[in-house]
Amino acid sequence: MLRYTVRRLLQLVVVMIVLSFLLFIWLRNLPGGPVTALLGDRATPQKRAELTAVLGLDQPIYVQYFKFVGRVLQGNFGQSTGVSPGTDAVDVFFTRFGATIELTVGAMIFGLAFGIPLGYMAAKRRGGVADNSFIIVSLIGVAVPVFFLAFLLKYVFAVKWGWLPPSGRQSPGIDATRVTGLFILDGVLTREWDAAWDSVKHLILPWIALGTIPFAVIFRITRGSVLEVQGEDFVRTAEAKGLTSTTIRNRHILRNALLPVITVTGLLTGLLLTGAVLTETVFAYPGIGEALKIGFQQKDYPVVQLIILAAAAAFVVINTVVDLAYALVDPRIRAR
Amino acid sequence: MATTYSRARKQRIDALVSSGDEGTSLLRDAWSRLRVSPLFWVGAVIVGLFVVLAIIGPWIAPQDPGAQVLIGQTSRARNAIAPSQPGFLLGGDTQGRDFFSRLVVGARQTLLVGIIATLIGLIGGLIIGLLAGAFGGWVDTVLMRIVDVMLSIPSLLLAISIGVLFTNPNLTSVIIAVGIPQIPVFARLLRGQMLAQRESDHVLAARSLGVKETPIVLRHMLPNSISPVIVQATIVVATSILDAAALSFLGLGSQDVSQPEWGAMLGEAQSSIDSHPQLAFWPAGAIIVVVLGFTLLGEALREAIDPKNRR
Repeated sequence: MLRYTVRRLLQLVVVMIVLSFLLFIWLRNLPGGPVTALLGDRATPQKRAELTAVLGLDQPIYVQYFKFVGRVLQGNFGQSTGVSPGTDAVDVFFTRFGATIELTVGAMIFGLAFGIPLGYMAAKRRGGVADNSFIIVSLIGVAVPVFFLAFLLKYVFAVKWGWLPPSGRQSPGIDATRVTGLFILDGVLTREWDAAWDSVKHLILPWIALGTIPFAVIFRITRGSVLEVQGEDFVRTAEAKGLTSTTIRNRHILRNALLPVITVTGLLTGLLLTGAVLTETVFAYPGIGEALKIGFQQKDYPVVQLIILAAAAAFVVINTVVDLAYALVDPRIRAR
Repeated sequence: MATTYSRARKQRIDALVSSGDEGTSLLRDAWSRLRVSPLFWVGAVIVGLFVVLAIIGPWIAPQDPGAQVLIGQTSRARNAIAPSQPGFLLGGDTQGRDFFSRLVVGARQTLLVGIIATLIGLIGGLIIGLLAGAFGGWVDTVLMRIVDVMLSIPSLLLAISIGVLFTNPNLTSVIIAVGIPQIPVFARLLRGQMLAQRESDHVLAARSLGVKETPIVLRHMLPNSISPVIVQATIVVATSILDAAALSFLGLGSQDVSQPEWGAMLGEAQSSIDSHPQLAFWPAGAIIVVVLGFTLLGEALREAIDPKNRR
């Protein structure tokens, strides 16, 4: 296990190095180049020349690359030019990070809470009405663009019927105490139940819209996996032993069938992050996804490059953790 | 020794090894399962109709999709667009252009986005996967590390990152931005298949008969590796259309209004969605149906080709 862990961590380092290299090349090729990228279109010539010297753009390219890596490691991404002008890009990121965590974790819980039970039921009734209708629902979930589904939900439940707030993260009148930056958790910790419930109401529609992505994937994986496992000899043995169907389901079928679900949960992080960009934009929800969209529109490249690097890094780290967790559960993986 | 075989004899052996009974029966077997699959037929009919519409669309469209013929009935101040009327089935859009004609003509651009983006991913992946799988060793290691890094960036995020590099986004830049992130997916898939083929008995047989490395790769390993790639390609056409729509929604889509594309139309419609939701519903509906069609087709092919389902 130790050797596997070391190998996986080394791979992680290699991936991060190549990633930093790609980001460097990308930044140099943005329209207008890095000076415009950092200062915007309207900078004065003196300031441009100054920054060119400060960034060392007159130096050889490998020197520039190492300087870039140095800046990134120090967390120096420059100041935001569009999303929240004048603020450090890192601060912009962290004030919005909690919002995206609440959104994506909730969407993932939605996907797991519906995907696993429905996937199990569909597999148990293979070919039946329930199976076919769940399959159709999950396929439509794949085919409907996330942002369009978000629009539909917002249009029907917020604009037309007015059941839920159409946008934002918390109603303006709420005066909540901030502890962690996660609004729902804050409300629970400080026992400000109104504030917590208000945040939940703002999140219900985004959770559903974004949650269809993990739902569709988890449903299909669970269904396929249960179909495979329930035909195994050990399930027949368990039945022959006269175990109750609940025990067989929980201890024998689900425990084995859920292994692929763990792996796919890691891979889903990437889809959730990009889905969050679209969902947050529709609901004007102040997370990092909305910052990315505004950043592109206003060419706020300090914020954009930080978010892209952070998203890719989060994706790689989460998948490494998932692989390690998997190896812990399944000894066969380590041998490879 | 390879040289002891005459050319004709070698070709005969090649032909025997590559197109033996095994290959045809595999295909026939898959077809027999496809024929009875309702998923396949629904998907095939949707995709078939879509392709036909994409081909004949520009000829059957009643109006010029770029001409602002209904501009007289369009008013930004009164927030009015032209209603449905004779000759203009779905009325006009916010620019006074015939909405129905734009939908019909848009089918071709949408199909082009899906197909060409998939081809970029497929050909790029084919080259990388082929090189890695055929040579192995350090070529394989280097190429696969690059692929790993590309895979480590979520595909839509990669597409967005490529999309911002273009100062004036048009249909071509959208296709490139959507297609490149698919390269590593195909490369991994193909390499895995090729590695499995390397170890297989029929490749060993060909090699022991003295067939050279290039024909082994191109005529023995590649044809046998291709079926999961075709399945993947069908599904990637669907995701490419969706990704292109997402790019348009984020303002990175084609700005070329003379070439309507469903994703771009949906992106345009978002600014007026509260007053004219129908401008969003029609292109969205069209995208959903087409994406569903390609997904169903891909799923049906996957089930049919999967050896686990062979009887």
